[in-house]
This record gives sequence, C-alpha cells and structure tokens, in this order.
Amino acid sequence: MKVDEIINGSDIPVKEFDGIIIGGGGAGMRASLQLAESGLNTAVISKVFPTRSHTVSAQGGITCAIASDDPDDDWRWHMFDTVKGSDYIGDQDAIEYMCAEGPKAVFELEHMGLPFSRTEEGRIYQRPFGGQSKDYGKGGQAARTCAAADRTGHSLLHTLYQANLKAGTNFLNEWFAIDLVLNVDNAVVGVIAFEIETGEIFYIKSKATVLATGGAGRIYSSTTNALINSGDGIGMSLRAGFPVQDIEMWQFHPTGIHGAGTLVTEGCRGEGGYLINKDGERFMERYAPNAKDLASRDVVARSMALEILEGRGCGNDADHIKLRLDHLGPEVVHKRLPGITELSKTFAGVDPAIEPIPVVPTCHYMMGGIPTNVHGQVISSKSGEDKIVEGLYAAGEVACVSVHGGNRLGGNSLLDLVVFGRAAGIFIEDSMKQGVDLKPASSVDLDRALSRLNKLNESTEGHQSTEIKKAMQDNMQKNFGVFRRGDLMEKGIEDLAEARNQIENIHLQDKSATFNTARIEALETQNLFEVAEATAITANERKESRGAHARDDYPDRDDDEWLKHSIYFSDDKSVGKRDVNFRPKQVQAFQPIERTY
Amino acid sequence: MSAAIPLEEIKVIKLSVYRFDPTLDNKPYMQSLDIEVPTNKDLMVLDVLHLAKEQEPSLSFRRSCREGVCGSDGMNINGKNGLACVTPLSEALKRDKLTLRPMPGLPVIRDLIVDMKQFFDQLEKVQPYLITKGGVPEKERTQSPEEREELDGLYECILCGCCTTSCPSFWWNPDKFLGPAALLQSWRFIADSRDDATDERLDALEDAFSLYRCHGIMNCVSVCPKGLNPTEAISNIRNKLLSRKK
Repeated sequence: MKVDEIINGSDIPVKEFDGIIIGGGGAGMRASLQLAESGLNTAVISKVFPTRSHTVSAQGGITCAIASDDPDDDWRWHMFDTVKGSDYIGDQDAIEYMCAEGPKAVFELEHMGLPFSRTEEGRIYQRPFGGQSKDYGKGGQAARTCAAADRTGHSLLHTLYQANLKAGTNFLNEWFAIDLVLNVDNAVVGVIAFEIETGEIFYIKSKATVLATGGAGRIYSSTTNALINSGDGIGMSLRAGFPVQDIEMWQFHPTGIHGAGTLVTEGCRGEGGYLINKDGERFMERYAPNAKDLASRDVVARSMALEILEGRGCGNDADHIKLRLDHLGPEVVHKRLPGITELSKTFAGVDPAIEPIPVVPTCHYMMGGIPTNVHGQVISSKSGEDKIVEGLYAAGEVACVSVHGGNRLGGNSLLDLVVFGRAAGIFIEDSMKQGVDLKPASSVDLDRALSRLNKLNESTEGHQSTEIKKAMQDNMQKNFGVFRRGDLMEKGIEDLAEARNQIENIHLQDKSATFNTARIEALETQNLFEVAEATAITANERKESRGAHARDDYPDRDDDEWLKHSIYFSDDKSVGKRDVNFRPKQVQAFQPIERTY
Repeated sequence: MSAAIPLEEIKVIKLSVYRFDPTLDNKPYMQSLDIEVPTNKDLMVLDVLHLAKEQEPSLSFRRSCREGVCGSDGMNINGKNGLACVTPLSEALKRDKLTLRPMPGLPVIRDLIVDMKQFFDQLEKVQPYLITKGGVPEKERTQSPEEREELDGLYECILCGCCTTSCPSFWWNPDKFLGPAALLQSWRFIADSRDDATDERLDALEDAFSLYRCHGIMNCVSVCPKGLNPTEAISNIRNKLLSRKK
C-alpha cells in the first residue's frame, strides 16, 4: 500500500516492534542502543540517514563534571550553574539527575570510541563555556565542557551510530512518521509511517513509542538549525491532544555567522575569543563585568542586540558584531577550532586566525517541548494535575524534562541527549520486563492518524506549503525574536490565525509515491506551524521577562506569577501553568536569586 | 574547477539538471532551467537548487545541515563530485552553466537522489566501531594527545559518498571492492590506540578485491569535501598488511 493512495485504517499493513524510536539523532540513538542491548526488538524510524541528524552540527562539546580539567570539580556546581542559567524554571530533580548521572554517560561514550581531544595526562580535554563556575558561583570560571575539537556533535552522533550497528538495532532509514496512533484510552500504541523511497506505508505498532525528533528552529527565517528541524514530534504530540511546556523559550545563539546563519561555537569564546562592536570595544565587559564574553547565552545575545540597536553594530548597515580570535594565534585556532575555521572561510570569507568573524544572534535551540519526567514518560497536565501518557516517551530537544528552563547553558544539550535518551531506554526496558498491556488500536483510531495524509492526497487547490512557510518564518522572526512586545506579538498571532486555514488545506501538486520531497515538506510545514502558533500564543501570555524571553513591556522577572512552567494545548489554544520542581533528592534546592554574571 | 567569474556579471544562469521519476518517466532526461541569481553575493549550489525547486516543486534532492557537516547533498557538480551546500557557485560555474547529476556508480532513485545501500553495505563490512577486549575502566580510557592525533584526518568523515562514487575501482566492483570511504573508516579504527582488533581487521581485508583493487587513482582525494585522504589511509593499511607478512 502506497502513500499516494487514500488509505483506510482497516486496510493498512502492520509492522510490530517492542519499542520504536522516532528520530535518529543523539537522543534517539542513545535510547535505541539501550533497548537493543537489552535484547528488545527495537526500531529507529528516521527521516534521514541517522548521521545526517542535526546532532551532527553540535560543535563545542558536552558539559559534564568529569573532573579532568579540575580534579576537584563537582556535579553539584554544574547543577548550580544549570539552575541559575535556567532562570530558575528548570526542574531541579531533573537537573540533579542529569548532572549526577552525566559522568557515567560521558565515560560510556568514550568506551564506545568517541574520539575526544585529550589532555597531557591522557584524559578527556575540557574547555570553558558560558555560565560555568566553580564552587557555586564563588570560585571563578570553570572549564567543564568535554570536547572533540569543535566537532563534538559529529563525533558523538557517529559513535552512537557505530554502537547501534554493533548492537543490531533495526534502522528504518528515510522513513517519515506522520501521526501517532492512540487507542480508546488515549494511550499511544505506535505511529503511521512510510518509507520515503518507495512510498510503502505501514502502521508501526509498539507498546513504547519514543519521540526523539529534535527541535524546530525553522519556525524562524534565520536559524542555525538544519533544514530538517521541523518539530515533527511537537506537531504529532499537539495533534494527539498532549501539551507542550515553556515553548515560548527560544535560545538565540550569540554567534551565528551574519547572513548565513550557520553556527560558530561558544567554544571560540571559551578558548579566549571575544566580541567587539564597531569601535573595537570589548563591550561585554560593560554588560557582564565578571563573566564577560562567557556570560550565559541569553545575556550575551541581548547585549549584542542592544549594541546593534544603539548604532554600534559593524559593517555598512551596522547590523552585526565581530568575534575576534586572531589574537589566539593560528595554532590554537587551527588545532582547537578547525571546524569553525572551515565554516568561516566558506560562509563569511574570513580566516578567523587573521580576521574577526561577522556574527549576529541567531535562533538556535528550543528550550521548551513535550513535558516529561526523568524517565522520559510524557506528562499531560490539564486541570493542573500531572498525568502520565501511557506508551509515549520523549527525549532530547523535543522533550522538556526540564533541564534548560528559560535558558540553556552551552554544552548541556548533548548531555541532555545522552542522559535522558539512556534514562528512557532503561525505564522502557524495565517496564517491558514487568509487562505492558495496552488495548489495540481500532480502525477508527487508525483512520484518525491517517486523516492528515489523506487530506493532502485529496487536495486539488490551495496554497503551496513553501509560501505559507515563508510568511510564517518572517512573522516569527519579526515579532518573536530576541526582544518581544505585546502589541507586536498580538499582530503576529493574528497573522498566524489567518494562515490557519491555508495550512489545513495545503495543495500538494506532486502526488508521486517515489521519494517525494514535496509531500515531506508539506507534512513538515504543518508541524512547524503548530510549533510557531504554540510559541506565539504562549510568549504573549507569559507577562514577564525571564531567561530567553525578554519583553520590553514587562522588563522584570515576576516570581510571584511566573516562577512556573507554561503549559499549552493546541485544541483550545489554552495556556496554563505548571509547578517547577524544587525537590532534588541529594541536595538542598537552589532558591531563586537575582541573576547576574 | 574553473576560475571565479566576476559576480557582477551574473544574472541568469543555465541550470541543466538530471530528472527521473520512475513512476512517471520511462528514462532519465536533462532538464534546462533559467535561474536568476543575485549579483551582489555568491550563492552555494544548494541555494540554486532551492531556487530551481520554486520553479519545479517536483525536483528532488537530499539536503539537511546546509553547512557541509551532515553529508546529505553529495552530487556531481559540473562533472565533479561535491557537496552542494558548500560549493560556491562562483567556483562551480562554467560559462554561466551549471550541470547537476546524481553521484555516479549507484542506482538512481529519483532525480539527484541515489540508492546508497551498496555504499553502506561496504561500510558495515569493515566493522566500523571500536572493538576492545577485557573490561572497561570506571572512567575514560586514557589516550595521549599524540595517540589521539593519529585519528585526525580520519574521524571527520561524514559518509557523503563523494569519494567512493568517484572511484573507477568501485564502479567496476561495487560489491567486492570496499571503496575509499569504508577503507578510511577501517584505518580510523586500526589507528586508534584503544582498538584491540587490528589483526582481525587486517585478516578481513586480505583478499584480491576488498582493498587491493585500489589502483591509486586518487579521485577520492581530489573530491573529498572535508579534505581527507583515503588513498593515504589505504596505503597505510597496505603497509601494515605487508609488514605483518615478514
């Protein structure tokens, strides 16, 4: 049965696995490795060959207190930094779990063969990153980010692929997941997916479905994200009636290459690089006198945006900032930062060992996502009470466990991937041993999950997905960027509401079943639109400034009202609040204080 | 590649692109499209493909990171394999003409998309993962900076397939000759001070085809978008095999 037909739920062929993982990036392949090694029949469904996933673009490293650079380093200091970085809406049970389990997960990667850079003692090389400190902020800058030159994501992703090959994981490579299948109890019992090459479509049945679909930076017109980052897991989850949490929190990375949007790592500043304005001034000394260029990303991005707004930007249009590395000498630049040397030459035409790189804050990371507990179990929280969604898990950027809160620290995303991909795998393995009993999906349940595809195949008129996408991206870029304002956001929300009808009725001209990228892009654009609308509505609702969410009309943090997660459901477009976890198990909770760097 | 053409002169370029959809076409054909490109900045070949897709939404090609690190968009650009996303138009253009074909030597699925199965099958034959004997330490294994440096120029491979599909030895024997990408990976693990399976790895390569079909043509080196040197890796394995015989 092929993807270009109108398909009835009663006819669709079935493939069955013990566990399925949707997404072949770092989180997905860490989860699949855990399951495959435990002997469960596991499949990874990935719309691209796994090593093409966006984890591959991560550069600077994986932050973890492995005590290589500083033998006295302590995971509790890492926890303190992460809680502070999150502007206090990161869940402290989850942050504690990540920081404490982290070293185990990082050493496992080394055992699998990850080619980390090394110190003279032969240990893993660690570099300083933003927002890092020793002794709970009192001991100065820490160097806690474990690195493989500036190709840590590439090294991590390839290593996990290699380990999965060794473990015998089933890969459904270049398969696209359309929608989750829910049974009569609203438990998730698999997904509808098709093989992109042939168009063969299946109901892939499983008692454990892990969403590891990554981020959705393509809701903005300027982003460091890969073209495939379309928020497929968020789209599927919202359509299934489950919520997203803190989705208004988008990280703008200080150093995207001006014009191209490609990332240059924070590790540049970790190695001693710094930002200058048109006067050559190292302006971060004014905004963050202690941490300077290694303040956390939200702080640096805002400072840069202010420099540009106040007319101190570089270039003819005074629209960017420069990142200086030439004073480090070609040895450091070429040895420690070979990847960004290559990227700077290709996309900015400069050799960073000689000339500064033109950079600008660029959309980089989705702190929000599908709410989960530390086992990756998805939580639905209508009417304020947490309820586990049976059969559904999420890990990595698509999930909001929440370790990043309002602002992620550099190097914490790769740690998040491996720690929580692993944790979800461990939990699923255990629960499978105890036995999982979920009612089978009926043909009506399958019809519901097929409706989006059928509608697209039936389309004879309407808008092209590319036009809708472009308008949406411009809207998000203009109205939901580094600085936000109520009146502009309301206009943005109206524009999205007007496009709603277009997105529901996309016209797919090319109906071919063979490697049809137009069909994929239409399905992806619908997912992106769900993320954009959730972002817009929730951003307007959070009436304060916290972490990456900076409002001109509400410039202060409001702990009385908003020391909370936001929770958004797409069916009624409602925004609710959910308590932040202040109950770590091994340490006292860190209480909110004024956040300065 | 031809010398850079002054950008101010470029307005409309001729794109000739390989088209084939097995559900519609009896045989492949080259489609000509006029593409307007801006004169004030250099585009990448991938940008040209995106512009072409606006005219022809059914044009299919793989792409993801658009920065030369994921390996999706390997293709044949004016006769030479490369990644569309990091190949500047100014370097690729020949007399304002750009010809794009799928990477040679592999079956075409549709348009610029090839079936990479044979490429990955060959990769899996070299057991591209660390093999160790004995227990694992509590922390990381130690490795000196010098030992780690042996992996530079090897671990960076992005599996795009540009090298293997430009190799005549692979074209003739795609099922028996492993090809430059797989052999580079083989050497990446042999060269790793942490790997304990050198002998098994070498044993598996000691036949007439797997490795010895490399004739040093060096197409792999000239096309690798990451500047890696598979020919050198192959000769390192060869030396290792020879020195073992003594």
